[in-house]
Amino acid sequence: MTTIDPHLATAGTAGDRADGVLSSLAAWITTSDHKKIGRLYIGASLVALLAVAAVAALLGIERIDATSDFIDSGAMPQLFSLYRVVLTFGVVAPLGLGLAVAVVPLQLGARALAFPRLALAGFWAWLLGMVLVIVSIALNGGPGGGDPEMVDLFLVAHIAVVLGLIATAGAVATSVLTTRAPGMNMRRVPLFAWGALIGSLAMLLLLPVLVATLVMVAVDHRYGRNTFGGNTGIADWVGFAFTQPATFVYALPVFGFAAEAVATATRNRFPLRGVAFTGIALVGTGLFAGVTQTQASLPRDVLHQSFGDFLTDVLPFLLLEALPVLGPVVLLGVIGLALKPPTRPRLSAAFVAGILGAGMVFTGMAGNLVYQVGDAQLAGTVFEEGAWLYISYGLVIAALGALTYWGPKLWGRRIDDKKSLPLVGLAFIATVLAALPLYIAGFAKQPAGATQFDYSGPQNLWNTLSAGGHLLMLVTVLAFIGLAVSSFRKGDHAGDDPFDGQTLEWATTSPPPADNFAEVFVISSPEPLLDLKPVRTAASEGTA
Amino acid sequence: MHALPPAPTPAPRRQLFVGTSLACAAGLLLYGTMIAMFVRFRKTTLAVPDSVWKPAKSVVPEVATNIMLISFLAIYVFVQWAVYAARRDHKSYVGLSIGLTVVVAIAVINAQAFTWFQMNLGVRDGTYQTLFYAVTGTFLVLMIIGVVFSLVTVFRYLGGRTKDREIVTAHAIYWYFVGAAYVALWFAVYVTK
Repeated sequence: MTTIDPHLATAGTAGDRADGVLSSLAAWITTSDHKKIGRLYIGASLVALLAVAAVAALLGIERIDATSDFIDSGAMPQLFSLYRVVLTFGVVAPLGLGLAVAVVPLQLGARALAFPRLALAGFWAWLLGMVLVIVSIALNGGPGGGDPEMVDLFLVAHIAVVLGLIATAGAVATSVLTTRAPGMNMRRVPLFAWGALIGSLAMLLLLPVLVATLVMVAVDHRYGRNTFGGNTGIADWVGFAFTQPATFVYALPVFGFAAEAVATATRNRFPLRGVAFTGIALVGTGLFAGVTQTQASLPRDVLHQSFGDFLTDVLPFLLLEALPVLGPVVLLGVIGLALKPPTRPRLSAAFVAGILGAGMVFTGMAGNLVYQVGDAQLAGTVFEEGAWLYISYGLVIAALGALTYWGPKLWGRRIDDKKSLPLVGLAFIATVLAALPLYIAGFAKQPAGATQFDYSGPQNLWNTLSAGGHLLMLVTVLAFIGLAVSSFRKGDHAGDDPFDGQTLEWATTSPPPADNFAEVFVISSPEPLLDLKPVRTAASEGTA
Repeated sequence: MHALPPAPTPAPRRQLFVGTSLACAAGLLLYGTMIAMFVRFRKTTLAVPDSVWKPAKSVVPEVATNIMLISFLAIYVFVQWAVYAARRDHKSYVGLSIGLTVVVAIAVINAQAFTWFQMNLGVRDGTYQTLFYAVTGTFLVLMIIGVVFSLVTVFRYLGGRTKDREIVTAHAIYWYFVGAAYVALWFAVYVTK
């Protein structure tokens, strides 16, 4: 540890000793305990998810009948902006990052997160910025907004949101690079921590590009409005950060969690860890398209071009769009290997959520690949929204499983697996209902970001299903929050290692002390706890 | 709890150095994007016949901008001197070198303000003007952060935390980054007009 680290034993107990609501509140606001910072991120982003699912359902209802005037047409651009901005930067990015902040130092055997105060400042910048983003959009600001003052507020608040996420991502990446337990070299880093590292590094490189663009657009909008197209040009300039493949980066922790959950469920060592690491890292190449602000579509009739033109068109497509999709293919292949008979995984909420979440994100990534093929003629349709929803809600599914899995380490009590598992199933159904009809409607040429359209096909059905999916997600997340709060207040006390885990977070108490571990451990394998447990064989499993 | 073998507290792993390096990488992406957008708009504007990019009446004060460039050479020498002195526990030289860094950095800030004053551009007057102030304004923010970083470093060091050499190295890394950002600004905005 360096001298800039706070003494967490003191910082953590300050809140415990606090008498009175204000003192307790102050302890939370100024905490440097990474578990509390992570919980702040997770809680706030789940609340944001409730709001955005409600907005998405409203938009879906409006699109059921193309002649409907259920919502004032003047408010539509604002609602679409709210939907896009809040789901991406209010839910997906902070939810993944919050889980990483809460869990990664425990997995590394570290006593604290690197730069905890920076991470906390990042949280407050993100939260304040997100509140102002929502307020500005609600008051006719945001992309395409009619009130110039509110548009300015939106741009400045958006910069605060992104700077907050950058600060927190920096703390997570530095933690993985510098605070690992003795003996834990990079090849022994837990799979979720690896996913968090790659995701954080990718965000550190991608998000500054968005900040730079926002600064330029904000200065122009405030003073000149002669360069970036004023309020209507904002979406064109900053849209790259809300669309695929940039969104792959925000959902990256899903893949680390899926691999982690599979390893725990099988109670075996995860096979081919190096290959799995490569698969997770390949997803991070989604940042290339974001940094270059490029979407490399495959033009129509590409097979009939000259070889030179073919290469010119195909290579950027392969590098920017297809390469990230190779990552989940590799990782899911290794997961398949881990689940090969006679292995019999335990059907826990974490395992199911990990597999389903990764599967949904992969479906969104593959959908983006199809969207970029010119011959599919999907440009400008809701197909892109479907891919984005698969990715965003895929992360939400995995997060529900992750909270069930790591709940004992976050608040010391278990979320009942039997109650959590159906909710994970419902979240999966909600994701498919919300996103799949948009894939189909995209092929039928339903335009993106519009409520007035006309095309042949059962457009009422697709949009009804999609709206129903959002409503189901809203209800599911609400139920999960209720379950989590109930578990937090009166759930069963968890043991130190209730899931027969393999990584270091299960070597400390539930919940851990403020500085995580009573002592520092020496690591000699990627699964240090598995080394201490009896070797399982097919025969022993049969008799168990 | 599981009985894993305990270990002594691990040696520091240069947390501040790694964190500052990551921040500088992010900063390079941020500033690189701004310069790239400036260059792109210049290219598209000049592609239109008879179009005006930079107002003819506005002249870049090249002496000031070139002196700023040379100043960064001095800053590089001073921050590296600080690292050298810190490794040898030369407390007074660390204070002197970082103090000189602050003085030169303030001179650079002054030169940037002078450049704005001499060029006399209105931020609302056109694309060049808007982008110019966005790019140079961000550079000024980086300079101010650098001055604060230097002051924190020198006060911590002179305040008695002389074993905390890592912050001196991280401080040097930050100034290398700001220097690189200025080289890009100098070439893209002040030299290639």
